[in-house]
Amino acid sequence: MASVTIDGVRKSYGSHEVLHGVDIGIEEGEFVVLVGPSGCGKSTLLRMLAGLEHITAGRILIGGRVVNDLPPKDRDIAMVFQNYALYPHLTVAENMGFSLKLAGASRAAIAEKVRPAAEILGLAHLLDRYPRMLSGGQRQRVAMGRAIVRDPQVFLFDEPLSNLDAKLRVTMRTEIKNLHQRLRTTTVYVTHDQIEAMTMADKIVVMHDGRVEQVGAPLELYDRPANLFVAGFIGSPAMSMIRGTLAPDGSFAAADGTRLPLADTGRARAGQPLVYGVRPEAMRLGGSVPLTVEVTEPTGAETHVVGRMGGTPITGVFRDRISVAPGGTLDIAIDPAAVHLFDAEGGQRLTA
Amino acid sequence: MTATLETQAPRRRRLGRLSESRNGLGFLFMLPAAIFLLFFLTYPLGLGVWLGFTDTKIGRPGIFVGLENYQWLFDDPVFWLAVFNTIFYTAFASIAKFALGLWLALLLNRHLPFKNFFRAIILLPWVVPTVLSAMAFWWIFDSQFSIISWTLMQLGIINQPINFLGDPWNARWSVIAANIWRGIPFVAISLLAGLQTIPQSLNEAAAIDGATSWQRFTKVTLPLLTPIIAVVMTFSVLFTFTDFQLIYVLTRGGPVNATHLMATLSFQRAIPGGQLGEGAAIAVAMIPFLLAAILFSFFGLQRRRWQQGND
Ligand SMILES: Nc1ncnc2c1ncn2[C@@H]1O[C@H](COP(=O)(O)OP(=O)(O)OP(=O)(O)O)[C@@H](O)[C@H]1O
Ligand SMILES: [Mg+2]
Repeated sequence: MASVTIDGVRKSYGSHEVLHGVDIGIEEGEFVVLVGPSGCGKSTLLRMLAGLEHITAGRILIGGRVVNDLPPKDRDIAMVFQNYALYPHLTVAENMGFSLKLAGASRAAIAEKVRPAAEILGLAHLLDRYPRMLSGGQRQRVAMGRAIVRDPQVFLFDEPLSNLDAKLRVTMRTEIKNLHQRLRTTTVYVTHDQIEAMTMADKIVVMHDGRVEQVGAPLELYDRPANLFVAGFIGSPAMSMIRGTLAPDGSFAAADGTRLPLADTGRARAGQPLVYGVRPEAMRLGGSVPLTVEVTEPTGAETHVVGRMGGTPITGVFRDRISVAPGGTLDIAIDPAAVHLFDAEGGQRLTA
Repeated sequence: MTATLETQAPRRRRLGRLSESRNGLGFLFMLPAAIFLLFFLTYPLGLGVWLGFTDTKIGRPGIFVGLENYQWLFDDPVFWLAVFNTIFYTAFASIAKFALGLWLALLLNRHLPFKNFFRAIILLPWVVPTVLSAMAFWWIFDSQFSIISWTLMQLGIINQPINFLGDPWNARWSVIAANIWRGIPFVAISLLAGLQTIPQSLNEAAAIDGATSWQRFTKVTLPLLTPIIAVVMTFSVLFTFTDFQLIYVLTRGGPVNATHLMATLSFQRAIPGGQLGEGAAIAVAMIPFLLAAILFSFFGLQRRRWQQGND
């Protein structure tokens, strides 16, 4: 186990800069998820941690030691690749024991390490198979087994579940989380799936266009997104965002004149263009805000309503069973304490 | 009802059954190709083998003489010299082509500036007609105007031109060098294609697992490349073993038969020498060697256990 510090790290390919100064601190034993849309530089950052990409500027420390110029094998990390990168000519057991064999361990010593790892992952009966003879989920487990056997300071995962079907993805998500709780090895996990990030992480790092937008615990990001990007990225269905300004009476005036309740105006100034953010579950039936219904989606436990409020498309989630014809209107109450106010220009959060 | 049909048109029925059965239909469709193959592959081969058992000369049909040609060859030192030359030529040229070709492929597989330019350049020796490149080598190895001799003399390393093609051992090494030059592109480009099928992430995984670059080569790259190496080297050995053009232009088998290969000797005896039967016998004597090479590759090429199963 080791802490990881990423300090002002930049990456350029030629004259094209893809990471513009990234700072992240990772505690010993923490499970950190890097999440962000495709192309934002998550894999690049992870590969720099692994030593597979040169660090253009800044420093990376693993366990307090600067590793910028250390080759991958001296960084004491293990990585699980998106395509698993299993050696096709080696059996499961040989794949898992490859690093030990390179280090010159005896057959007995290798077997002693491989067996328990295989048992943890339910691979014990597959040890003599070759990767081609395994299913996707089994290959994924072998890739994790190979990492576990190395007993590294840090685990790195690059979208390890993206090649699996939806159901298996949920199972493996739990398994990886379990594994982390058992081994307590510092883990950096890359994904573009915010659900994966929310469910697995101790700490989420939201990245966008080569920059860190926000770092925090999953619920912290959910409850207090620092800017419009994080607010829109975290949460499903997404937060509804309505443009407008402050009304003289201290409520919010949407572009079409609809008044929405506010508990706290924060740093918002009169006349400033604002975005009013409200999570789907912060709406209840029985209030004074009109919601024009376009589609209702009953899921059984709750009903999702897609419609327009203040002239803007929004989504609400209600515990009630709702039957309103498309085009009809619902009267909605919004919990003012759950409202987020953002600066429409810079995108920064204005409420506390 | 079936009985009446059978008596009425037994012929039609048999044809109908043939066209309905899977194997019969397949046989029908294969027939033209089979006849074509039989005629153009087997006929010349069969004719060659038959000629080897006769004393045919140019302009005079021969009679069957049994193994006489082979008995004669068995006691012919020039034949045995050609066998030695062929094996020597094939062994050295193939090993060098493999080593240099693999090295080039590994170099070209990296991120080099002008990579595509180099990849194109490397094909040059292969696209030039053999006779043309042989003539170029003829000048390079010329006893008076050789550029190699000239350079070495200018550098003061030697003080008289090297007699490349006039001395038996010099000539052997010279033709081997020319064959290597000509054969490298095939090996290098094929192995490069093989290297490009190995995912980069395997090398990265190995680097993280602690492999040095030499270990990455021996424990990941090479094992994954073996199936392609087996194919490429089988073809390379077959091409080299049956080489004719290079030798014939460069040395015509000389000096004093030092560079005669079985192929050139066979031609020499059969066409200019007129002894068709004897020439054919020499050519037939190449068959066991070629079969051995093919068998070797057949076993080398068998899908290894790790290649089985689906992706
Ligand atoms: N070798 C390279 N040369 C030039 N640009 C590159 C190279 N590798 C990555 N990039 C660029 O760097 C940026 C970040 O890429 P990266 O692979 O880190 O994205 P990512 O966040 O992992 O995306 P995804 O979720 O799709 O995997 C992209 O804009 C990409 O085009
Ligand atoms: Mg990626």
